Amino acid sequence: MRDVTYLRPGNVRDAVQLYRTTPGCRPLAGGTDLMVMLHAGTLRPAPRAVLDLWSLPELKGVRRANDVLEIGAAEPYTGIIGSRDAQESVPALVAAARTIGAAQIQNRGTLGGNLANASPAGDTLPVLLAYDAVVVTDRRSIPIDEFFVGYRKTALADDELITAVRLPLGRDVVFRKVGTRAAQAISKVVLAVSREPARIAIGSVAEIPLRARRAEVALERNDIAGAVAAVADDIRPIDDVRSTAAYRRQVTQNVLRELLDAFARG
Amino acid sequence: MRFTLNGAAVSLDVVGSRRLLDVLREDLGKTGTKEGCGEGECGACSVLIDGEVVDSCLVAVGQVEGRNVITVEGLAGPRGELSLLQQAFIEHGAAQCGICTPGMLLAAHVLLKKEQRPDADDVREALAGNLCRCTGYTKIIEAVLSCGT
Amino acid sequence: MVTTSTIGRSVPRREGAAKVTGAALYTDDLVVADAWYGQTVRSTIPRGRIRSITLDPEFDWERVVVVTADDIPGENVVHLIRDDQPVLARVGGEIRHREEPILLLAAPDRNTLEEAVRHVRIDYDPAEPVYALEEATEVYSTINIRKGKDFEDVEGVELVVERSFRVGLQEQLYIEPQGAIAIPWRERGAGSREPGVTIIGSLQCPYYVHRALKRALKLTDEQAVVVQAETGGGFGGKEEYPSMVAIHAALLARKAGRPVRLIYDRHEDLAATTKRHPGVIRHRTGVKKDGTLLSQDIEIVLDGGGYCTLTPVVLSRAAIHATGPYSCPNVRIHARAVATNTPPNGAFRGFGAPQSLFAAELMVEHVAERLGMSSVDLRRKWMLRLGDTTATGQTLTESVGAELVLDAALKAASAVGRSGGRAVKRGRGLSLVFHGSGFTGSGEKKLQGTLAMEALADGTFRILTASTEIGQGTKTIFCQLAADALGVGLDKVDLAPQDTSLVPDSGPTVASRTAMIVGRLVQEAATEIKDRLQRERAPIKVQKSYVQPDSIHWDETTYTGDAYPIYAWACTIADVDVDMTTGEVRVTDLVTAVDCGKALHPVMAEGQIEGGTLQAVGWATIEEIKMKDGGYQNDRLATYLIPTALDAPRIKTILVENPYSRGPFGAKGIGELPMDGPAPAIIAAIHDATGVWLDEIPATPERVLAACASR
Repeated sequence: MRDVTYLRPGNVRDAVQLYRTTPGCRPLAGGTDLMVMLHAGTLRPAPRAVLDLWSLPELKGVRRANDVLEIGAAEPYTGIIGSRDAQESVPALVAAARTIGAAQIQNRGTLGGNLANASPAGDTLPVLLAYDAVVVTDRRSIPIDEFFVGYRKTALADDELITAVRLPLGRDVVFRKVGTRAAQAISKVVLAVSREPARIAIGSVAEIPLRARRAEVALERNDIAGAVAAVADDIRPIDDVRSTAAYRRQVTQNVLRELLDAFARG
Repeated sequence: MRFTLNGAAVSLDVVGSRRLLDVLREDLGKTGTKEGCGEGECGACSVLIDGEVVDSCLVAVGQVEGRNVITVEGLAGPRGELSLLQQAFIEHGAAQCGICTPGMLLAAHVLLKKEQRPDADDVREALAGNLCRCTGYTKIIEAVLSCGT
Repeated sequence: MVTTSTIGRSVPRREGAAKVTGAALYTDDLVVADAWYGQTVRSTIPRGRIRSITLDPEFDWERVVVVTADDIPGENVVHLIRDDQPVLARVGGEIRHREEPILLLAAPDRNTLEEAVRHVRIDYDPAEPVYALEEATEVYSTINIRKGKDFEDVEGVELVVERSFRVGLQEQLYIEPQGAIAIPWRERGAGSREPGVTIIGSLQCPYYVHRALKRALKLTDEQAVVVQAETGGGFGGKEEYPSMVAIHAALLARKAGRPVRLIYDRHEDLAATTKRHPGVIRHRTGVKKDGTLLSQDIEIVLDGGGYCTLTPVVLSRAAIHATGPYSCPNVRIHARAVATNTPPNGAFRGFGAPQSLFAAELMVEHVAERLGMSSVDLRRKWMLRLGDTTATGQTLTESVGAELVLDAALKAASAVGRSGGRAVKRGRGLSLVFHGSGFTGSGEKKLQGTLAMEALADGTFRILTASTEIGQGTKTIFCQLAADALGVGLDKVDLAPQDTSLVPDSGPTVASRTAMIVGRLVQEAATEIKDRLQRERAPIKVQKSYVQPDSIHWDETTYTGDAYPIYAWACTIADVDVDMTTGEVRVTDLVTAVDCGKALHPVMAEGQIEGGTLQAVGWATIEEIKMKDGGYQNDRLATYLIPTALDAPRIKTILVENPYSRGPFGAKGIGELPMDGPAPAIIAAIHDATGVWLDEIPATPERVLAACASR
């Protein structure tokens, strides 16, 4: 990693320009994933430069504008957790942010990083799906639904940078993460659910964070039992180091039932 | 590049993509910051950047340009007098093997700056990013609570 | 001058200030001029033979140093119990596990080192690996313990309960990974270099490393020098494995002609170093309807992995503790340790006893359930008391604390709170355990641990011991014991560095023996010095070695007699919340009463108990290692998870003082004991909460949910 060039652009426009013109360049924000991979030498192809977006003022902040909440792509989770606007309008995202790592990771991890990394276990990603978030880049807006295209693959162009995430206000979303321990854990299963509109989004159960479409259809009909049954067909869990397919299937159903019952009870 | 380390100005010629942890330990001789895992899981390499606790193994040194970095070596007073928290760690038996202690102290230091009178749950949450295998955390939590005012 | 004794007082840790300021120097903190970086190249197959090692001619090998088995000047063996483990596997030689060391590299910088590693190719002839205990045919050791009659011959049995239990691998997870720096000479005075090798490393047992180094590098006692750096945790993990690291570093340094740093990163440490032995324990217990214990028949199979390491000794401790702290007239214990093609398992706090006590304590629960009795009442009926004999026929003549700790724990436990919500069920479980302090059987007699003490001309005193500080408080407690016996202030006493060129072999820092066995030698040495100072002037040096009391008898061939000088006792009460939606188990509160003989330093004694307790909670609940093709899938800290501050239960520790006549001030060793009790208490608590009995740990959410579903 000592051969990796460090680039520090002063604004987003310069950043995009550098990203476009520097071969083997990887954007760097809080470094919670990228620095680990850089040091371990596990990135293929091996990066030749990092583009530091961490300090760009344009990528920071939590702002409320009209009917959306806009969160800068490089705003750390701590900033989201501490934002009154976020607490009021997207409490499920705040709840998700609080389950990520512990203080050290929350001080560095960002939504932009979670999105770009596109891990199927990314803790905020099901929440963003349940909110129908919009991923804002240097050139366009991408509905979150169209963002994840494969295992750790996104709809971003090779030289495209995420600048912000927009979330609608006033949507009631609930969130639950099941991990191995109370902090510093990658999820076995993570769910975010909205009742109206019907959104059931799940992480760690397929190659991408996904919307459970069949279950959503049942939920639209107010058929909770149907949604719980259908979700089993929506997911494609596997056995891995963190859990088993059987457990993930069972717990997805159990937690979905619990969350939907909680909605039903108000 | 320049930054402030434990109150003193530092000027260095280094590749910005190197880990802050390595630069602290190898270039600046601040070996109080430990490496336990190299992937942001154990917190042994915790330092403060502008008053926030971070894992220095996850920070590219270029990212601390112009910032204020505190390591465990910066916790004692100018003449080496131990801080209240450091004294409490000794008194309560919060340091056993001592390898997690520097990071643990820094995480606790931030908590006590933000929360003058934390309860046990606050302490547990604030220290959840710092693994300790010796103490079961009991005496560490006691030590931090004893510093609440 | 009147000096108040500090025994029983929690004085500040000797090296406390250095540890809270970052001044304490651990191995990787040491700056050694001109040192190169070392790396171990390891096997990628679990079993087979090495066909060839190829160094890619495209790479300039002049830039690095390469060490293979051919470069070993002495014997290609890591000295321990059996001579089965090679320092490096050789071409044509057998590979018995993944991550087996084959070749060593050193380079002036890490980039060159990484590049060199990529240019080494090793070809193998793979063989079919053995993983399942049931299929393993190679046996490292067997132990048979017989007391009274065979199970079938015991009369009056009215109920027989049978059950089988399984325990998993566990990593010690000291937060400082393994590491050593080797210097290919030894310093004699300022700047004078003499032939030999100096090792500075993270280790528990300087003389283990010393012996191993001498043999592999063909060095004399004097030529091999081993120095302990500040050590960031051990838990048994730095008992035998540092010998391997040290020999490797020494071979590289010798060939490079300069110092070499061989510091493992966490991934290598998790993937390659020893773990707690997994195993299967089968019990058959015969009782009368009134609960009277008549017969125990126990079979233990432990998985030793690819090489023997300390397995026979671990098995021995497992077997001796297998009955639990109970008095039974008829006992049969058949224990064996087998070879499989996984990385070798080795020393880990508890050393076999947690495995067999887990099964023994759950057996009490199962028998009680079948009898319709309270398991606490059954324990009272069965528990060892003064004058009772253990499975090996050892008559307990003093300091038997079973009932004391049971009463103390029950008294301290608050009423069980009821469950927090619909989906969360609460439960409580209890366990009662004992743990032999010091080496098993004739171990201490054979070892004859030695300690020296000096009265210096300036009026201060120096303890010379190879017992190491690994966080448990050796330095502080030894100084307390010496100062007390000498009648001087703590500031007058210090420890010489743990350096084999300076200190005698006090034995390894293991087996809950340091405070009790070596601490006693500190007392004796200090007493003699004090006495001689009445007549002589400093400097004075005295040396003391362990002398086995005549009253202790042990027969290795029949496995009968006094297995340990004394036992420490503990009762643990665990409260858990089980989330029925997810199967997650949270240990919320834990009370543990420990008969430690005498707490020389109460805060440190509590610290040992709390730390060991959480380590056991981790073993029982979340610390899981999954195997794939003979390797560990959980080989990073992101996948091998230990409890955080948010996972740790509130731990209430009660120190019960029940003195042992030969321990210093009555102290007994308790370093390992806290590892024994929590796991069975937690499994009993999960049963209390859910009605489900688990027979296997860790009690992962996957297992808990599956068990609840199949009920």
